[in-house]
Amino acid sequence: MKLSALQQSYTNRRSNSFRAAGGLDSSVDGSGKSPAAIFWLVLHGLCCLISLVLGFRFSRLVFFLFFSTASNGGTSGLYPSTPFLGTTADIAGSLSFQANPSPNLELPPNRTAGGISSSRVVVGRHGIRIRPWPHPNPDEVMKAHRIIERVQREQKLQFGIKNPRTVIVVTPTYVRTFQTLHLTGLMHSLMNVPYDLIWIVIEAGGTTNETASLLAKSGLRTIHIGFDRRMPNSWEDRHRLEAQMRLRALRIVREEKLDGILMFGDDSNMHSMELFDEIQKVKWIGAVSVGILAHSGNTDELSSVAHKKAEEENLPPPVQGPACNSSEKLVGWHIFNSLPYVGNGATYIDDRATVLPRKLEWSGFVLNSRLLWKAAEDRPEWVKDLDKLDGVREEIESPLSLLKDPSMVEPLGSCGRKVLLWWLRVEARTDSKFPARWIIDPPLEVTVPAKRTPWPDAPPELPSNVKEISIQEHTEKRHAKSRASRSKHSSRSKRKHESRTADPQVSSKVSEE
Amino acid sequence: MELCRWVFCVLLLIASSLRVGAEQLRRGQRTERISGSAGDVLEDNPVGRLKVFVYELPSKYNKKILQKDPRCLTHMFAAEIFMHRFLLSSPVRTLNPEEADWFYTPVYTTCDLTPNGLPLPFKSPRMMRSAIQLISSNWPYWNRTEGADHFFVVPHDFGACFHYQEEKAIERGILHLLQRATLVQTFGQRNHVCLKEGSITIPPYAPPQKMQSHLIPPDTPRSIFVYFRGLFYDVGNDPEGGYYARGARAAVWENFKDNPLFDISTEHPMTYYEDMQRAVFCLCPLGWAPWSPRLVEGVIFGCIPVIIADDIVLPFADAIPWEEIGVFVAEEDVPNLDTILTSIPPEVILRKQRLLANPSMKQAMLFPQPAQPGDAFHQILNGLARKLPHGRNIYLKPGEKILNWTAGPVGDLKPW
Repeated sequence: MKLSALQQSYTNRRSNSFRAAGGLDSSVDGSGKSPAAIFWLVLHGLCCLISLVLGFRFSRLVFFLFFSTASNGGTSGLYPSTPFLGTTADIAGSLSFQANPSPNLELPPNRTAGGISSSRVVVGRHGIRIRPWPHPNPDEVMKAHRIIERVQREQKLQFGIKNPRTVIVVTPTYVRTFQTLHLTGLMHSLMNVPYDLIWIVIEAGGTTNETASLLAKSGLRTIHIGFDRRMPNSWEDRHRLEAQMRLRALRIVREEKLDGILMFGDDSNMHSMELFDEIQKVKWIGAVSVGILAHSGNTDELSSVAHKKAEEENLPPPVQGPACNSSEKLVGWHIFNSLPYVGNGATYIDDRATVLPRKLEWSGFVLNSRLLWKAAEDRPEWVKDLDKLDGVREEIESPLSLLKDPSMVEPLGSCGRKVLLWWLRVEARTDSKFPARWIIDPPLEVTVPAKRTPWPDAPPELPSNVKEISIQEHTEKRHAKSRASRSKHSSRSKRKHESRTADPQVSSKVSEE
Repeated sequence: MELCRWVFCVLLLIASSLRVGAEQLRRGQRTERISGSAGDVLEDNPVGRLKVFVYELPSKYNKKILQKDPRCLTHMFAAEIFMHRFLLSSPVRTLNPEEADWFYTPVYTTCDLTPNGLPLPFKSPRMMRSAIQLISSNWPYWNRTEGADHFFVVPHDFGACFHYQEEKAIERGILHLLQRATLVQTFGQRNHVCLKEGSITIPPYAPPQKMQSHLIPPDTPRSIFVYFRGLFYDVGNDPEGGYYARGARAAVWENFKDNPLFDISTEHPMTYYEDMQRAVFCLCPLGWAPWSPRLVEGVIFGCIPVIIADDIVLPFADAIPWEEIGVFVAEEDVPNLDTILTSIPPEVILRKQRLLANPSMKQAMLFPQPAQPGDAFHQILNGLARKLPHGRNIYLKPGEKILNWTAGPVGDLKPW
C-alpha cells in the first residue's frame, strides 16, 4: 500500500546508513568541523552516556527547554507538561538510544536563499497539543450523528428509489401462543420500512382483541379483517386456509382499489430491510428467493443420521425462488428439496417432526396491486381476473395461479441470488396455554411460600426449573411450560400439576390451543 | 380586461413552472459546477491555446533511467514520466521550436530509487544542471530567455530544492539555474523557499485503475464520521514526536484516539479505499512534507478532505476553489477538531459533497493513461496557457546574463 511504502521508505531513507552511503549529501557538512559542531558532538556523547546509565533515552528536550530562544520559539506550541512528557517516556521507553540523524536542537537557521521572506511555519520541534480533557463531548457526538443521518438521507434521495410506491402487506394470522412472538417481529420490521405501508391482517376465527391490541401498538395503517373459519390442526388444511385468507385480502385490495406493491408477509417469516427496497423495482409480478430454515424437529436418532448423510451428499441450498440462465432471464424455479424429509414431515401442529414448506411459498412473490383491479387499462393479458378464481375448486397454491403465463414473472434480488427473507414455522403445542394479551390479571397469588421449595412432588429430572424463589420466576416457569417444551414427560406431568393449582386462576383466562 | 386576465394567467404559469423547475433542480442535483479564482476553467481545452516544444535529450536522462528501475512508473512521483509521454503525443506539441510558447525538458530527476523504492535526491541537482547545460549549448532558446519560457516537472518532496529533509531543502533553496523557469511540482506552501512565484502545483500521482477497481455502490450509506489511516509517530526518525508533522498527527492521536467518531489507526487494511467511500470526512494531515496522496484519494472517493497543514498550497489552486471543497484546520486548532467538524452546518457539508461529486473535479486529480479531457495533464497545460503571453522582458538583451552558473553548493557543480 502506498502508505506503508511511503512511511517505511521515509524511515529507511532517513536512517544513518544512507547518510554514510550518500556521501555527497548536502554540502553543508562539506566544510570543516567548526567549534559549534564539536560542541554538539560532545553534548551528544554526553547524552548517550547519561542514557546508558539511566536506562532510557535521555531526551535532549531538557536542553531545548533551557535554550529555547524567543525569536523562533514563538510559533511552536504549548507544552502541556505531564501528558507530553508522559508520551515521551512511553515512546522512548525502549532501551536503545538512537543516534539522531541531525541534532534536533538545531534551530532553523535564518539562511534563506534570495530575498524570499521566511515561512511563518517553523521547521523544528513542535509541541504536541493536547487539550485538558481529550475525551468525546456528548453534544458533539449527537451533532455528528445528526450530520451523518442527514448525509445518508441525501444519499438515499440521490441514489435510492426515485418514486417509492406504497407497500401493501398481507398477513394471515390467528390467535395462538406464538402469535405475539411472530407478529411483534413482523410488526417491528414493518415499522422500520421507510415507505408508506398498508397492513392487511386477516385473522382466522374472527377478529379478536388480542390481535387488535397488538396491531394498535404499531402505529401503521392496518386493515384488520376476520375470517369465519377456525384454523385447523393439520398443516395441509392450514395451508389451504391461509391461501383462502390471502385471496380474501386480494379481494379487499381490489374493492378498495389500493395502489401499491403487494407482498405476502407471513407472520412467521423473517424479512430483511433490503427486501422492501428490492420490491420497489417490480413492474407487474416479481419473485424473490426465500431461504428455507426447515427446523429439523426433535433429535430423533434416525432422522439426524439421515440428515447428516444428506448433508454430506451436498444438498442444494435450502432456497426457494426464481432460477435464471446466464442472460438473467427466468427459466425455472428452485424448490426446497424435501426428499430427505420424506415420510418424516409433520402432519399435525404438535408433531415434533420437521415442518415443511410448500412447493412455492406465497411470501416469495410480489404483485403490483393494479393486477387485481377490475378494469385497469394497462393490465397485461397474461393475468387472469381475480373473479375467475372465485369458483375454482382446486387449490390455489401460489400466486402463479393468477397468471396465464408464468414466464412473465420478474426475478428480483439480482436474479434470485440474494436471499431477502427466511421461512421458518415454529409453533407451540396445540394445547399450550398462555395468558390473554400476555397480561396477568388478576395478579398471581403465591401458591407455595419460597421456603418450601423444592416442591414436594416435583419430578426430580428438572431441578433447574424448580429453584424459583420469586413470583416472577414462578410466572416465567409457567410460561416456559406453556411454550414448546420438548421433553414430553415432564411437561405432561407439570401440566397436570399446574392445572391443579392454576385452575382457579385460569378461570378468567382464555385457554387457546 | 381580457388582456389583463391573459397576462395574469401567463404570469401564473411562468411562476409555477419556475417553481417546479427549481424544485426539480434541487431534488435531482447531484453536482455543482466548480470555478476557482481563475474562473470556470476546469473543462478548458488547451489545444490551440499554446504550443509546447519537447527537447530531445539523450536517453540517459530519461529512458535509460526508467529502464534501470521501472518502479518509477507506479510510485507517487510518476507524474514526470507520464507528462513526458503525454506531451510526446499531444496535439499541443510542436516540432518547430520557433513557434513554441513553452519548452519542456524531459529529465527524470526522481527516478534514482533506493532498494525500498524511495527516490534519492542527491544526484538530482547535478542531473538537472547537466540537462540544462546540454539544452543551452545545443539550442539557442535557453540562452535567449535564460529559461523563462521553459518548464520543468519536479514532483519530489520539496520540489526543486531536491532534498527530503525540510531543513536541508530550505538551506539549499531552489536550484539556482531554475530561478527563471516555471516549475510544475507537488510541493506547495506559502512563503516557503521551495515554492517559487508562478509555479504550478499538481497532485501526486495515484494509479487511476487501482482506485476505480475499488469503487463501491454509491448508495452505500456513509457511516464513518472521520477516517484516517497512517502514522502518527514516525518512530524510526522521530521517536519523541513533535518533529514529524510538526506534532499535528501526534496531536490528532492523543486527542481523539478514544473518540468513537474518529476511525483513526495505523493499520493497513485491505479495505482502505472502500472505507474511504463510507466516510464523511477524511483527514489529510501533513507528514514530513505537507502534501500527500490522501487528498487525491479523498476527492476520488467523495470523502471531504480535512486539510491540516498550515499555509499549504493545494493542486491547481487557481482553478479549484479548495476552501469550498475541503475543510482547512490550522495545526494549532487540532485539539478542537471535533468541535470544528461537528459545527459545520449540514447544508455546507452536502454542498461540499456535491462539489466533490463533480466528475470534472475527479478527473482533474488523475493522470490516466491514455490522457482524457479534463485530467491533470490538461490542467497543467491550462495553467501554462493562463500564464501566456510572456512579457516582453523575459527576452534578454544581447550580452545580458542573469544566471550565475557557478552558484549553489559546491557538490552540485560536479558533472553528472
